[in-house]
Amino acid sequence: MSEAYDIAETLDVKGASCPMPVVKTKAAIDDLAAGEILEVLATDSGSMSDIEGWAAGTDGVELVDQQDGADVYTHYVRKTE
Amino acid sequence: MSTDTPDATADDTGDTTESETPSRAELAARVEELEASLAAVTEDDDQKKMSIIATKGTLDMAYPPLILASTAAAFGYDVTVFHTFWGLDILHEERSKDLKLSSVGNPNMPVPNAVAALPGMDRMTTKMMEKKIADNDTATIEELIETSLDMGVEFQACQMTIELMDYDEEDFYDDVTTGVGAATALQDMADADIQLLV
Repeated sequence: MSEAYDIAETLDVKGASCPMPVVKTKAAIDDLAAGEILEVLATDSGSMSDIEGWAAGTDGVELVDQQDGADVYTHYVRKTE
Repeated sequence: MSTDTPDATADDTGDTTESETPSRAELAARVEELEASLAAVTEDDDQKKMSIIATKGTLDMAYPPLILASTAAAFGYDVTVFHTFWGLDILHEERSKDLKLSSVGNPNMPVPNAVAALPGMDRMTTKMMEKKIADNDTATIEELIETSLDMGVEFQACQMTIELMDYDEEDFYDDVTTGVGAATALQDMADADIQLLV
């Protein structure tokens, strides 16, 4: 699954619900260097739309991929600047 | 008419002044001036801003301003939340941990108003809601305030209502701004891209 991406950090927000997956993703991205990819593991089904929308509306980040697993939604976000 | 030169046409349309036929140098100066003011305007607009006015202090109405504030901060917005009247309770360190849900006047509640008005009913519906929040792993009000503060959200407590409610400035979470009024809120709203009254 994840071996396709070179992940710098993994954020586990399983169990957390809106707005925490997005808010914690932002905080984790702030700690990365430009070009690095953050993997986010969430169980909130709203995170698929929320993280996509957040990445589209936020400068300096780019959504690389989203995977809708059996129990866990996995998001890959790259810090671009 | 059709044989008129452009200069002659300009003459026909009204009083001829020198500014109607500016020289190249004047035009260049004017373009430079406009570019400078455009740069100043776009520079200011680069930073997105959101201004929320929070007026309610029930458990259900405390969530929307805090969820939107923390989310907007994650989007890179400068966020100000101005708390007034019962909205102050959200910032009140003790009262924020004990916000109540009212069952009266809410037709979505599973009990009729006549029953909802009985003593102890608000306590019961609040307990029910708190259990749902815990079971669902929804963030508590306290967590949302701490998270929002960490992300740079500015919480303001309206000075007039602090005094009206007999609160003390020390009653509020650290980093809450006090000593502000409607003019501050209005200024924030005027500068903001998004303004909300909750």
